[in-house]
Amino acid sequence: MCSATPTRPSSRGADVDRVPILKIGGILLVSIQIDMADQVALQLQEDLADRVVTTGCHGVIIDISALDIVDSFVGRTLATIASISRVLDAETIVVGMRPAVAITLVELGLSLPGIRTALNVELGMELLAQERAVPPLLLEVEDGEVEDGSAS
Amino acid sequence: MSDRGERLVSDRGERIEVRSDQDVVRVRQLVRTVAVAAKLSLVDQTKIVTAASELARNTLVYGGGGTVEVDRVDNGRRQGIKIVFSDRGPGIADLDLAFTDGYTTGTGLGLGLSGARRLVDDFDIDTAVGQGTSITVTKWCR
Repeated sequence: MCSATPTRPSSRGADVDRVPILKIGGILLVSIQIDMADQVALQLQEDLADRVVTTGCHGVIIDISALDIVDSFVGRTLATIASISRVLDAETIVVGMRPAVAITLVELGLSLPGIRTALNVELGMELLAQERAVPPLLLEVEDGEVEDGSAS
Repeated sequence: MSDRGERLVSDRGERIEVRSDQDVVRVRQLVRTVAVAAKLSLVDQTKIVTAASELARNTLVYGGGGTVEVDRVDNGRRQGIKIVFSDRGPGIADLDLAFTDGYTTGTGLGLGLSGARRLVDDFDIDTAVGQGTSITVTKWCR
C-alpha cells in the first residue's frame, strides 16, 4: 500500500516518467518503485533494449517487490522485455513478486510463460551467475545423450 | 452504519474521468484506498485493484474514454466495494466472443474482460452496439 504512490498524480501529458536502470557488473538492475502508467512501462521496454545493447550486459533483473498489482499489460510488458533481451543475448529474471500478486496473476489467466523468476534480487543474481559459469562443453555433454557409445 | 439494509455506505461514490493512461493509475489508487476502507483482505484488495485496472484500460482503449465510479457497499452481512465502468464507445457486438480468453479486437492479450470477471464476486455487463458499455463489479469481504 505505502509503496505505490504516483510520482505525479495530477499532471498529464507531461514527459513520461522513467524507471531507472542500474548497471552492476554484467547485470542491468531495474527496481520498479512506482505504479506505472502504460506509457511508462513501454518506455522501460525500449530503454532496457537500448541499455542491453550499449552495455553488452548478459543479464537483466527486474525487481517488482514494490508493485502491489501486476495486470495483463504489465505482465505482457515483462514477457516482451524477456523476449527482446533473449534475442539480444541477455537473460531476464523477474524477482520479488508478492504472493498476492502471484495468486491474482494466475487467476487472471496470466501464467507468464517464458519469464524466469527468483524470490529476490540476491537469488536472481546467483541464478544469472550460475548460468554464465556453466562451461559450454558441459552443456553439450548433457544434451548429447551418449551418442558416441562411450557409456559401455 | 447503524441500520443493516442493503445500501451504499457513503452518500455518493468517487468518480474518475478516464481519458489517459494516467487516469487508469488514479483508478487503481482510488480502488485500493476504498478496498482497504472496506476491510478486504490483502489478496482480495489485489484482485479487485487488478480487475479495476483491466476494466479501466478497456474503458480507455476500447470505449474511447469514460467514467469510473467507486462505492463502498454493505448488504447487511458484509461490506464490499462496487465499481461501475461506463463508456459511450462502440459497444460489444458478441459478448460470448468478448469473454473468450485470448480473444481481442485490439493488441492486448485478450484477458482483460474474462480475467476481470474471474477476479470479482459479482459482474454485470450492459452493452449496446453504437451506444456504449457499462460494467458493474462487486467484491465482498470474506
